[in-house]
Amino acid sequence: MLASRHMDDRIMELYYRDKTPVFDIAAGLIPGEIHSSHGQEACAVGTVSALTGDDWITATHRPHHTAVARGLEIKQILCEIMGKANGLSGGKGGHMHLYSAKHNFSSSGIIAEGMGPAAGMALACRMQGNPGVGVCFLGEAAVNQGAFHEVMNMAGVYKLPFVCVVEDNNWGVSVAKSASTAVARNSDRAAAYNALGLYVDTNDPEDIHAAMSKALRHTRSGSGPVILELKTYRLQGHMLGDPQHYVPDEEKAAFRDCTLDYRAKLEAEGVLTASEADELQARVKAEVDEAVEFAIASPLPDAENALSGNFVDEITGRANI
Amino acid sequence: MTSSRTLTMARAGREAVMWEMEQDPRVFMLGEDVYKFGGVFGTADGLGEMFGADRILDTPISETGFIGLATGAAIAGMRPIVELAFIDFIGVCYNAIVNLAAKHHYLSNGQVKVPMVLMLGSGGGYNNGGQHSQALHACLAHMPGMKVVAPSNAYDAKGFMHAAIRSDDFVVYIGHKKLSGVGFFGKPIPGTMSEIPSEPYTLPFGEAKVVREGIDATIVAISWTVHQALDAAEKLAHEGIDVEVIDPRTLVPLDRESILKSVAKTGHLIVADEDYQSYGFTAEVIASVAELDPTVLKSAPVRVANPDVTIPYSRPMEQHILPTSQRIQEAVRRVLSK
Repeated sequence: MLASRHMDDRIMELYYRDKTPVFDIAAGLIPGEIHSSHGQEACAVGTVSALTGDDWITATHRPHHTAVARGLEIKQILCEIMGKANGLSGGKGGHMHLYSAKHNFSSSGIIAEGMGPAAGMALACRMQGNPGVGVCFLGEAAVNQGAFHEVMNMAGVYKLPFVCVVEDNNWGVSVAKSASTAVARNSDRAAAYNALGLYVDTNDPEDIHAAMSKALRHTRSGSGPVILELKTYRLQGHMLGDPQHYVPDEEKAAFRDCTLDYRAKLEAEGVLTASEADELQARVKAEVDEAVEFAIASPLPDAENALSGNFVDEITGRANI
Repeated sequence: MTSSRTLTMARAGREAVMWEMEQDPRVFMLGEDVYKFGGVFGTADGLGEMFGADRILDTPISETGFIGLATGAAIAGMRPIVELAFIDFIGVCYNAIVNLAAKHHYLSNGQVKVPMVLMLGSGGGYNNGGQHSQALHACLAHMPGMKVVAPSNAYDAKGFMHAAIRSDDFVVYIGHKKLSGVGFFGKPIPGTMSEIPSEPYTLPFGEAKVVREGIDATIVAISWTVHQALDAAEKLAHEGIDVEVIDPRTLVPLDRESILKSVAKTGHLIVADEDYQSYGFTAEVIASVAELDPTVLKSAPVRVANPDVTIPYSRPMEQHILPTSQRIQEAVRRVLSK
């Protein structure tokens, strides 16, 4: 949680640094949209910590916390976000398209697009006699996409080892869940797909871990798919630069920060002292800062690399440049 | 010992699927109506019984869902063959095709492979109306990240199916309904049937075939229009006009060099295509020749395609807008009389 948070803090700092006094989305070390994970880290840590290396993840357009929780190298994530040659995809993907084949991890910028692939990965695991599960992460607003319903239904029909994790931050860009979604809890929709529906409203990684473990036991046993919805908070808006003026003040005042809450809990339970927590936090920050420096110092890719990569065997017949 | 028989395109393609499924447990088929019905156009005929419901997987009518699912299965080490009966239906799953299956390899810088075949039934000419008669190959060939095959005869159908299934890339395999030889389309066009070796063989993507040699003009045609062009060539021969017919066979990659070579010989270019005319295959072929060497053209190239209208149901209207042999003949005469 802390690594993802500090990575996002540094990204935010660098992002805004290069975009003042005039905000130009294309300017600076980190251009383009950035959907930071501030506030949602507990969802990733709680769920991904229950997975094994056999399991597959498809993440969202807001993928940083999920990627860090899965153990992707922070240096490579940051290089990719800065469009550097030694990024995960050599700069071809960018912040919404983080891939690591060795971690069975991909993310995508189209809402609910990870549903089909994660279910297909689950199907492949079953066909191969492999215990792996497909896990698709979604925001709560993505549940209104056709792909969600099509794939949940298929996962129910085929009884796939599949978990759909819905991170409910209450906002689909500027539209509140209550204005876009006919049910209060998307986990209730599980009934429509003969799936198990679970809901966790604490944004606490231990509670989430327990629920995810239950989900995995259920789906690995052949009982069918699971929708696990997690109440969480989007602390930095849809994308960096979003002032969130559409969020009511009283809701903003009630936003919770899982990193602070969890630290307080661990201290209250006597698991960590305040100084141990400080020390841990400092160590994580130093590691992330080192990765940031590495990424800043890394070279940009050769522009010619843009012209290859459509196919496994590069082919002739492409249009001329 | 090598044996061979004459097969229709659907039977030839199916034979390749069957062989690959027998050899490779990673290969499986999914789509609408494949298990018991054998695919709307016979592509999976009998395979359900042969391989069982786990490898010939019927899906709900959820194209976005099952193309996404197949993409994931491919990424995770399987080799799915997806049957999407009508190419017209890409409208409901275009995102899954172009933003998902076609982009993962590039965006992951080659980390993620999508060895998947998407089978589509294309074309009209049998009065099935504007949403079941289109030839939308340009909508796919325009988008990077997929190889696009559109065979015109049974020999090519089998060879490209083997190649598509064995390819580590995402391949779109377009069969033409009227060429398939499936019973309800009447008697197969004789030129679509070929002597097919029983053994498996592959054909290379991006190599055009000269299906008829000639010296007076070049007709480039694909899929169903290859047979219209061959018919036109035969009729024109009676008038002493000797045309060359080129079948690129794959739209991506496109064998631009072979097309140029033919036009360099004949000096005249006619492109026939069942897809909509503007921004399509005809434009791509003509632009490629013009870019590579405009000096080979002794006359302005001519396109024979759908004149950018929705396909009408009624027979005289539909026949009027199809790129038929008649329209191709007229185009050739027009070019050569100038």
